[in-house]
Amino acid sequence: MLPETLQENELAAALAAVYPAAIIDGVLAHGELTLHIEPDDILAVLEFFKRQQKFERLSTVTAVDRYPMEPRFELVYHLQSVARNLRIRLKASVTAEIASATAVYAAANWYEREVFDLFGVVFSGHPNPKRIMMPDDWEGHPLRRDFPTHGFKYTYGEQK
Amino acid sequence: MSETITEPELHHEPEAGSSRRMTLNMGPQHPSTHGVLRVVLELDGEFIEKATPEIGYLHTGIEKQCEALNWQQVITLTDRVDYLANLSNNLCYSLAVEKLLGLEIPPKAQWLRVLLAELTRINSHLVWLGTHALDMGAMTMFFLTFREREDLLRIFEMFSGQRLMTSYIRPGGLALDPPRGWEKPVKAFLADFPSKIDEYESLLNANPIWLRRTKGIGILPVEEMLEVGITGPLIRAAGIPMDARKMTPYSSYEKFDFKVPTATENDVFARYAVRMAEMRESLKIVQQALDGLPEGPTRADAHRVVLPEREKMKTQMEALIYHFKIVTEGIAVPEGEIYQVVESPRGELGYYVVSDGSAKPLRVHMRTPSFANLQGLPNLVEKRQISDSIAIMGSLDFVLGDCDR
Repeated sequence: MLPETLQENELAAALAAVYPAAIIDGVLAHGELTLHIEPDDILAVLEFFKRQQKFERLSTVTAVDRYPMEPRFELVYHLQSVARNLRIRLKASVTAEIASATAVYAAANWYEREVFDLFGVVFSGHPNPKRIMMPDDWEGHPLRRDFPTHGFKYTYGEQK
Repeated sequence: MSETITEPELHHEPEAGSSRRMTLNMGPQHPSTHGVLRVVLELDGEFIEKATPEIGYLHTGIEKQCEALNWQQVITLTDRVDYLANLSNNLCYSLAVEKLLGLEIPPKAQWLRVLLAELTRINSHLVWLGTHALDMGAMTMFFLTFREREDLLRIFEMFSGQRLMTSYIRPGGLALDPPRGWEKPVKAFLADFPSKIDEYESLLNANPIWLRRTKGIGILPVEEMLEVGITGPLIRAAGIPMDARKMTPYSSYEKFDFKVPTATENDVFARYAVRMAEMRESLKIVQQALDGLPEGPTRADAHRVVLPEREKMKTQMEALIYHFKIVTEGIAVPEGEIYQVVESPRGELGYYVVSDGSAKPLRVHMRTPSFANLQGLPNLVEKRQISDSIAIMGSLDFVLGDCDR
């Protein structure tokens, strides 16, 4: 449901006209538009913004760990339209898995690998679902809130 | 006697359907990768069939550490993200936190921020020019550009006490008032530097080796650039005047008169030309900031979040209390989230900052231009010669600290 405060907003209203069920919530704060999207509809919504609303660029994909809330991971997509000089933030809350946006925006490739590496969110349909920052044999996902910041030891090679 | 020559033992017949390919690791210690980047190249002779950048060698978990520090302490980590554009990173983070706090920054601080951000741009472009030309075999450039960079580092040191890790721009204004007599070296630099840019251009623009190695090299369709997220001088050299200073002005950039240099050739030479023009534009901005510098304080008037002046702290009890509270407890930033974009020397630098209302950030994500630009490396170098890949990598101007964070 699009909140009443956003009925006047052009972008939010345009999305609500095509995918009314996809919007869970929305907010306009500090001049930045945020729309909470149903995770199952994220690809369709990204596609809509890219094709119909001229959002040519995906600036970044990242996540926020809302532990201990459920669902804990909030995927955050920042889109930009260079032609219209607009930015929008899309969010989708998931527990563990979401569809990969690489089919819509090629730029999502490394960002999704980073989110997988550091948060452990799985992107189904990702062409190269591997760790990107941490070593391949690393255990755990460092940016999770329940992963310690200090006091963690890692031994390289064979030593155990 | 038979004419067949026995094949050496190591030779293998290529598999059916594939040509003879060699896999080559470029880096992590290759000099032209400017840091610790590894690119796995699959080569067919001199041609690159496939390039796979492997990053993460400099990953230091800065985003994780941000969550363990107070809002004001994070500023020291932003320096270490892009170690050639520290002040751009300081500025971006400070702007994001200030938006959440709803702070109004005094004009003098804004003008000085612009001045320092533009000097940072020149500083970063100088390092890029020196190392890029060094990769191309023009060693003299490196010594010339580092000579001028030294002047800039001295200016940064004068302002903040540090040459590289400045931490000078803080949420709420500047860390210190500018030192007495700071205008003198800045003016000297402004007077001196235009002739230095001419000197660089006179060494490169007619250099046949430089021209042969940069003109017509590394062209990528502009749609593909937008698709993979390339920003900054690369996209401007492809004809799109995309610049956060013009599109979403911050820190009073709208009050400065400057152009966004663009080119249409979209090759390595055009990226060089755009960056050279950008240095000239930056000089104009610095001159305007110097001429029109407003009077007044350099810190916002917000006693709950900005440290009081030293003098007040020693004479007024309230100031002492607030100083104690800010240092020991940190500042509480209202709940909310901001995606702040500034134009760093390398492109779109974005800080996504989330607050849950406490004294520590819930999340600080850095959208760094090097990460996104490097993602486009395979598109730029595949099907091209390995020697061209050096020129193309140089034109990307990535900083691995910025990429891996």
